[in-house]
Amino acid sequence: MIGIVSYGSYIPRYRIKLSDIAAAWKKIPEEVVESLGIAEKSVPGIDEDAVTIAIEAARNAFESSALNPESIEALFVGSESHPYAVNPTSTIVGELLGIGNNYLAADLEFACKAGTAGIQAIAGLIEAKHIHYGLAIGADTAQSKPHDALEYTSAAAGVAYILGSNYLIANLLAYTSYSSDTPDFWRRDGIRYPSHAGRFTGEPAYFAHVMGASQLLMKKAKIHPSDVAYCVFHMPNGKFPREVAKRLGFTKEQLAPSLTVSAIGNPYSASSMLGLAAVLDIAKPGEKIFMVSYGSGAGSDAFLWEVTEEIVNMQRLKGKGKSLVQNQIQEKTYVDYVQYLKQTHKL
Amino acid sequence: MNVSVVGAATTKFGELWGVSPRTLAHEAVEGALADADIAKSNVQALFVANMLAGPLGGQQHLGPFFAEELGLPVPAMTIEGACASGGLAVHAAVNSIRSGQYDTVVVLGVEKMTDHKPEDVATALMGAGSNEERLAGATFPGLYAILARAHMEKFGTTFEELATVAVKNHFHASLNTNAQFHNTLTVEDVMKSSKIADPLTLLECSPISDGASAVVLTKNHKGIRIIASEVATDTIGLAQRESLLEFEATKEAARRAYQKAGVTSKEIDVAEVHDCFTIAEILAMEDLGFFPKGKAAAVIVRGETTLGKTKKLVVNPSGGLKGCGHPVGATGVKQIVEIVQQLRGTAGKRQVAKARIGLAHNVGGSGATAVVHILKNI
Repeated sequence: MIGIVSYGSYIPRYRIKLSDIAAAWKKIPEEVVESLGIAEKSVPGIDEDAVTIAIEAARNAFESSALNPESIEALFVGSESHPYAVNPTSTIVGELLGIGNNYLAADLEFACKAGTAGIQAIAGLIEAKHIHYGLAIGADTAQSKPHDALEYTSAAAGVAYILGSNYLIANLLAYTSYSSDTPDFWRRDGIRYPSHAGRFTGEPAYFAHVMGASQLLMKKAKIHPSDVAYCVFHMPNGKFPREVAKRLGFTKEQLAPSLTVSAIGNPYSASSMLGLAAVLDIAKPGEKIFMVSYGSGAGSDAFLWEVTEEIVNMQRLKGKGKSLVQNQIQEKTYVDYVQYLKQTHKL
Repeated sequence: MNVSVVGAATTKFGELWGVSPRTLAHEAVEGALADADIAKSNVQALFVANMLAGPLGGQQHLGPFFAEELGLPVPAMTIEGACASGGLAVHAAVNSIRSGQYDTVVVLGVEKMTDHKPEDVATALMGAGSNEERLAGATFPGLYAILARAHMEKFGTTFEELATVAVKNHFHASLNTNAQFHNTLTVEDVMKSSKIADPLTLLECSPISDGASAVVLTKNHKGIRIIASEVATDTIGLAQRESLLEFEATKEAARRAYQKAGVTSKEIDVAEVHDCFTIAEILAMEDLGFFPKGKAAAVIVRGETTLGKTKKLVVNPSGGLKGCGHPVGATGVKQIVEIVQQLRGTAGKRQVAKARIGLAHNVGGSGATAVVHILKNI
């Protein structure tokens, strides 16, 4: 069986309230907060980027595990904000984690699903017995143009999953992918901010792909929504995951623990991976978790996880070290809009 | 020479992301030809109504483009008159038959807007504005907001009265399977929606839409006859107008249309009017002579133009531009399709009882072009 050996998340401590962004643009704050279902979002520190965030998340994953970093034989970092266009994030992360040199390193880019693409690729390498352990990270300092609708949601966070086949806290029971050429959100090389196709990002993009991958997974794993304890979906805003969960037949209770979006916004590649981490923080042995990412352009990766007895010790360790997702959400310092512009290098 | 509408069809209007302009054109034109029971070989000309294929789609040579696509190797041309393109194309088609040049022609109105960014669509639409006004930053919601404000100040028209136009048209659209919106609204919903250009809110503005409509016109045929087809123009911007309380082009086109048709406004049973914004329907009601100046809003609030609530004139049974959608080049043709279906008695749930004479009113820009058609079931 392949699965998760350990996981770690990292959320920068800075927050900006959506009402402050709305006020800067003379929008009605209540209207913005209500329509997006998000109250505040995380903001990277002035010296934080996808590399530093990936390292923090991976360190948290190793801290909760007895595994030596040198055991890692593959390291994939998924991001849409890799600091370099040419020069890998994954090798900087690998170097600072002390992984050594005997590993496959690759940067992945697929809008908000680059991180989960890494999980699938590593799962395949382990399944093929090519490697024993791999590290898949999703980390972003999500970009958005001032005054664009994305400015209210684009956030920063990273999540790392150590995958292997022994001492698993969660078994990977099945996984599927669903992809198509649907350009709903894009950024050309050399262009600072992404563009998006407004309402087109909904039905033909997010919903078509999340539903597609979900239905494939249910068929492959022969499960119904009622067979799982929790569901996790990519969270571009507070509305889409709620809507897609409803359409697929999941309850509000199955979805609620994963909705990190309301407190920290959308950290792109880390979004659904952070939702999964928040659920793993509270799940009980034997419970199943249904998880689907979404990346614009477009595609969805779907996973069915089953939590094992090992989770109990992991949760205890994370609770003690205050490295649960909820701890990181609570640990915050508010910044105003001008400070936000400075920290995201717009001023 | 009499001109009859022997075939009429429309696609669904809405965010049709999976449908190309070519597919839209096939569905509308082939639907209209099937409705007319006329073979393609009998069609002698094709008039294409469109506004934005050039600026948004990079293709302006739409006559041969659609002639080729539809397998209609006939004289074909594009008619552009902003949001009145559809009405103008029908007008040109009617005149082509009246002149004796053709016996049977097809009018296709088609527009694909939702594939493009809202800001690009807004910029392209301002191609219908006056240079001074658009350079000053005005958009059509802004210009119509000025008209709404003037109407409110002069006649005491209220926010609630404006909102009622959208409520009525969404109710009508809820009965129309081809409409973009099927949700009904309350006055509160409309008033609480985001302000677009004070006093107009989001739900008082017609949407960005995709869609196509087509009619087949032929000479000396029984059934639905076009008994008047009139066009009038005015200054392109609002600044040069003597009054902001009326559209002179609408008044002039209507005056001539009633005269040519030999009917009065009181004889109209059903009307499709250009409600690009709520204020536009109020202005149309007054400028078309249905109600005295300053009195239309209260009439709409009393439900006197709502389907099922009145035995007299019903306005915008299709849902209008607000509820049915506004793919700009298609709108004027869709209005004719709707009136034809109403006069034939085939409008289903939205059928206006005993409709015998119908009127279609299509406006370009902020009233620079107005087209009025009157149709009658002979």
